[in-house]
Amino acid sequence: MLASQIGYYSLILGLLFSFLLCVVSAKDFNKNKGVNQNILTLSFLQLMFVVVSFLSLILSFTNSDFSNETVFNNSHTTKPLFYKISGTWGNHEGSLLLWLLVLTLFIFIFLIKSREQPKKYRILTLLFQQIIIIGFFLFVLMTSNPFNYLFPIPQEGLGLNPILQDPALAIHPPILYLGYVGSSIIFSSSLAAVTQNYISKEWAQHIKKWVLVSWIFLTIGIMLGSIWAYYELGWGGFWFWDPVENVSLMPWLTLTALLHCILILERRVALTSWVVMLSITTFMLSMCGTFLVRSGILNSVHTFANDPARGIFILVFLFVLIFLSLGIFFLFHKENNKNLNNFFWLSKETSVLVNNWFMMYFLSVILIGTVYPIFLDVISTEKISVGPPFYQKLIAPFLVPFLLFMVFGPKLKWIKSKIENKKSLIIFSIISVILTFSILKNLTTDLLFYTVLISAAFLLFFSTLKELFVKKFNNISQVIAHLGFSMFILAILFNNILSSEIISNIKVGEKYSYNKSEIFFEKIKEKKESNYNSIVGYFKITDETGKIVQLKPEIRIYNQPRIITSEADIKTTFLEDKFLVMNLVKGDEYFNVRYQVKPFMLMIWISVLLLSLGGLIGLFKKKYEK
Amino acid sequence: MKILKIFFIIFLSMSFVQLKSDEKNNELKNKILKNIRCLICQGQSVYDSESDFSLSIKLIIDKKINENSSEKEIYDYLREKYGDWIIYDPLLNKKTYILWLLPLLLFLLGGAIIYKKLIIKNNNSDI
Amino acid sequence: MKNKLNLFALILFLSFCFFTFYEGLNNSNTYTPKINDEKNIPIFKAKTFKSNIDVTSKKIFEKNSYYILNIWASWCVPCRKEHPFLMELSKNQSVKLIGLNYRDNFNNAEKFINELGNPYDQILIDSDGTLGIEFGAYGVPETFLIDKNQKIIKRFIGPINKKIVEQIKLIIK
Repeated sequence: MLASQIGYYSLILGLLFSFLLCVVSAKDFNKNKGVNQNILTLSFLQLMFVVVSFLSLILSFTNSDFSNETVFNNSHTTKPLFYKISGTWGNHEGSLLLWLLVLTLFIFIFLIKSREQPKKYRILTLLFQQIIIIGFFLFVLMTSNPFNYLFPIPQEGLGLNPILQDPALAIHPPILYLGYVGSSIIFSSSLAAVTQNYISKEWAQHIKKWVLVSWIFLTIGIMLGSIWAYYELGWGGFWFWDPVENVSLMPWLTLTALLHCILILERRVALTSWVVMLSITTFMLSMCGTFLVRSGILNSVHTFANDPARGIFILVFLFVLIFLSLGIFFLFHKENNKNLNNFFWLSKETSVLVNNWFMMYFLSVILIGTVYPIFLDVISTEKISVGPPFYQKLIAPFLVPFLLFMVFGPKLKWIKSKIENKKSLIIFSIISVILTFSILKNLTTDLLFYTVLISAAFLLFFSTLKELFVKKFNNISQVIAHLGFSMFILAILFNNILSSEIISNIKVGEKYSYNKSEIFFEKIKEKKESNYNSIVGYFKITDETGKIVQLKPEIRIYNQPRIITSEADIKTTFLEDKFLVMNLVKGDEYFNVRYQVKPFMLMIWISVLLLSLGGLIGLFKKKYEK
Repeated sequence: MKILKIFFIIFLSMSFVQLKSDEKNNELKNKILKNIRCLICQGQSVYDSESDFSLSIKLIIDKKINENSSEKEIYDYLREKYGDWIIYDPLLNKKTYILWLLPLLLFLLGGAIIYKKLIIKNNNSDI
Repeated sequence: MKNKLNLFALILFLSFCFFTFYEGLNNSNTYTPKINDEKNIPIFKAKTFKSNIDVTSKKIFEKNSYYILNIWASWCVPCRKEHPFLMELSKNQSVKLIGLNYRDNFNNAEKFINELGNPYDQILIDSDGTLGIEFGAYGVPETFLIDKNQKIIKRFIGPINKKIVEQIKLIIK
């Protein structure tokens, strides 16, 4: 209705303003004054048009305006308000509006915050970003219009998939996009800087903030997706090496590598080609991810509705951008060979180079694993699966040298100097190995493998912990981030080794005993909510120490769409999670019950937050730095 | 009396061996089930799924393990019925050489490039 | 010169990727089993519906006749929709219908047959679904067309419809 009309025409205006911006900017390019104020105004207006469009869609959702096709397909009157709102971006068309929102928002903020930067560089960044923006406007208006009109107007909508009705999933896309789509600014500004021969220390200091912002949001966004999978999907895992997950992890790897290169570039002119290539690659991987996920070419848990026509658009758009950026790189980039005289191979630059080397390897594993089935299918019509075992086998062994490089890399300059540092490292190494071995002795059959890997992680943990307490505020962001990473690896590995699971069919009133613990299926109760009915199972779990915990998993029967889901109940403590989920057994009074004890789950999330905190500190550090 | 004791100990240790082998079978079974895709689910392994298809597969795997089939034999059986798609771990065969080896090749290539660059730079700075 | 060669190789590689993805888009991404290899039917033993005695696949699938193996269950809604088509096929003399009652309750299955009619020459019981797996089935409903040499020549996942019935009739002529 009215909101949809406003939303639609706002988009058209937004697109027109793109062209307007390109013309005005091109005209302003060679003038000697500063950037024309009109350009900032136009950019702001473009942002406002997208905001208005986005708000119109939200309004249509909250009003359950089923004359709007997107609302009809993805909403229902009985949905709670919170999920009506978050349903706006939980579908293909709405999420594209989110893309446009972040694209236009970031370029506007860029223009405001880059006033000290060279004019031509700023205008070129704007132009490159507008190319992306125009592409997405066209994509939305031509293939994915969120404002299609339905007549006759349906009385009721088709509803939103209940597994998407979850708080973590509501905020996961916006945060993820701020990271993912936000890397577009880095892409545009790198291309602009290359053409202006502006890949320098000053540029690195300026772009670093953008890299950090994008990286922090991407890290937290991925974490939120994992948290959602853990709490909502019901089988206790948080990462499946599913194509959509891989697609979010790949830009993270290049962005992390880029971050490290920028940290070098802001002090000396080195690794310039890496910086440009990584900037381009990060956003290209984001686009590629969009392609893989929305085109229907891949089979996955998370895919949106499959539509090959949309896929073709994105594919062409993606390759246009790739060829454009590579063209610019090869035409304009000047390799900087001036600093060979001062080169010292045992330096931070080398460490970062090694970091890049490993990151690119991990990237290649994930990229090849994700797209190889597509290539094989096209070339030989054979279909294979590439699942978790592939990724684990190829990544885990390389984590050991990677962790060790993280210990020694930051310290390389001092290898020649103080001996005290060497002593503490040796002591830490010995402690790590002994500690690990004694913990793992009776726990696992893969003793050698886990001992080596966990010892390396402990070594990183201890050495960064020491840095934290001894070195005061020097390099604190790096120390905290690396500490967070070591804890992340430790938490995952111990969780892997120590998790246990019991699967059994139990009747109400029955007890199931194992080892020294017991699961008592007390009773079931029925519950009615606005858009579902549920059967709640009351379980009392007694663990080996005698502690009793009550868990209440549910089986929910949603009314629209008619889907049955199992909601796990999870009791989280600092040391472990107790996870219980139940399923119906067909034609029986038994319930299939899965009970898992998962140590250190909370540590996994905390360590990722710590990792992000390191980045956050880096963002504000300039104030304390000399 | 002593003979009884001996028999008792032997009996216990045999049960223990049976328990251990039950445990091993269970471990093997779980390992295999986690590696099989549930073909009617969206991205779940047979281990994680309680669908009809998964329950039937679990019964068959159970039977085959009790018949002492090897892991490879079980996978071959399933691949014969359903194709390679049903196994999550891509097996190393001529269809997947590139899949497994390309990342490793790239790693070695990257290492070689870095090494060359460092040697060149080191030599240049000595001049 | 070296740089130009690198560039050229890169462009070539990227074009290759583009065309591969383009082709990939046009392929269906839902897995359909390779029907090109004609597989032999598995050798098995099953209990019959009527008399609950064991029969071997040898006895069920005699040579010189086409067979249709249809996997069905009383709790399967699409099976009801495809039932009339099965009744139609059962009238055809050149093919014999074998039903596989999948993960079902005997009484419910009997009611289903009494209510809708029995198109099958013989019904086998697959109470735990393992026989379906032997055939490489995904679930219900699923139908296999087996030729005179006991090879599976066609497979239909999901309920059969008019088009499929026509297709089958053409083959078994």
